[in-house]
Amino acid sequence: MKDRREFLKSAATGAAILGSSAATSKLGFAAMLSQPAASAKSRVVIATDANLQGTAGSPDEQRVLALLDKAMAAYTGREKPVEAWKHAIPANILAGGVIGLKVNGLGGRGISTHAELVHAICERLQQAGVAAGNIVVWDRTARDLQACGLTVNTDKSHGVRVYGNDVAGYEEQPESFGVARISLSKILTRECAMVINLPILKDHEIAGVTFAMKNMYGVVDKPFTLHAGNCNPGVADLNCIPAIRQKVTLTIGDAMKSVYDGGPSFHPERVWYPNAIIVGEDKVALDHTALQMIEKKRAEAGLPTVDAAGRPAKYIATAADDTHRLGTNDPERIHLQLV
Amino acid sequence: MMHSRKWMFAIAVLAIAVAAATGCKKAKVDPFPASGTVAGWDKTSDTRTFAAKDLWQYIDGDAEQYISAGVVTTSTSDYKYKGQLEAVVDVYTMGDSAGATKILANGQTKDAQQVQLGDAGVAYAQSVTFRKGPYLVRIVAYEATPDGQQALIALAHGVEAKL
Repeated sequence: MKDRREFLKSAATGAAILGSSAATSKLGFAAMLSQPAASAKSRVVIATDANLQGTAGSPDEQRVLALLDKAMAAYTGREKPVEAWKHAIPANILAGGVIGLKVNGLGGRGISTHAELVHAICERLQQAGVAAGNIVVWDRTARDLQACGLTVNTDKSHGVRVYGNDVAGYEEQPESFGVARISLSKILTRECAMVINLPILKDHEIAGVTFAMKNMYGVVDKPFTLHAGNCNPGVADLNCIPAIRQKVTLTIGDAMKSVYDGGPSFHPERVWYPNAIIVGEDKVALDHTALQMIEKKRAEAGLPTVDAAGRPAKYIATAADDTHRLGTNDPERIHLQLV
Repeated sequence: MMHSRKWMFAIAVLAIAVAAATGCKKAKVDPFPASGTVAGWDKTSDTRTFAAKDLWQYIDGDAEQYISAGVVTTSTSDYKYKGQLEAVVDVYTMGDSAGATKILANGQTKDAQQVQLGDAGVAYAQSVTFRKGPYLVRIVAYEATPDGQQALIALAHGVEAKL
């Protein structure tokens, strides 16, 4: 982001446009919302639209675009969508850098980042001046991308590129941090100047919750090597790899549809519709927020916490510790905005 | 002496033939009904099969629970009902029936509807899961339709008949 001080001004404005107190307490974020905006706080915006879902089992495209605009307006303090995006993307990247959109199609067609969100972001990026060919939508494989409802295109002259690590390959030289010893996708290392992280909110059989940081497992060649100990410290270590830490700077999370149990695979009997888009830069704060959402839904469904279910999301606290310093999981230091 | 050798040779050939036939039969189990063999259902993709060590490529994050339950191979294929309702069929071949029992028990919720399939089965509006011997079968539709559950159960019977 360009100017954090400008954001802080807008945060004060944002506090005034928060959802009703009933809505905030309903979502269980009263502690975070009661705190005034302060410079040390990480900002997280949750934009919702109760009427988001269309009739064909997928969200309404125009409402998704409007919801994205609402989220970005709240996050940047810029009402006009193009201005918001110009504010969110550094000028040098707008001028000619390649922007990656890292989606998540692992769960298959039923529970993957929605194409409607990808299309909306691509539309706004282009209106902000990014050439279509300088946008790369990517995940592990063509099959993952198809699960998101996307069509593979490797030709820069034919608009937005969409292809997977299976096409681009991985670096031969592995990277290391802590327990993470992996090879990165060449899309991250060689193509992208910046990555917008587009995870989908899900319960996770091993890690407890998967959202912002966990989505980086789709950037490496051997994600299964990072599963030990409930993915702790695997998730935190992986996100400390320099190319990930430096390039994956903005998350626009898909919480339009989610699974609150049995994830990361698609379990239709455990699907729910938060109808939300979640925006932030601090991936730890985002994951902390995501965990609260999953836990609240699990409690409503009469399920134990992910901790009690034997899969604590310990990696979130690890990511915030002095070794990793990836962000904050302290509710007192998270400024949450519901719009 | 010569006569006895001929008999021994014949028995050996027979034993080899029986073993080969048995082995081939096991390797050739194809649980996926062809298009049209279950009313309304078409098989819309090739079958993909993953060894346990490669299961992460298909269901990374979920693979561990199957591996700890002794999965040997996993096969999957897409289906479509009456040209509209899309579903995926996953067949997990476990080391023994205990593994299949464990996975089925772990995946159940309170609202599961018990169904007569294989050794045990459950159904929801958009999914059917059952076990039969060492096999654990999961069929999931991508959307809910009025006749979806019955269609899924019919497909499940089609799979069960081939196991």
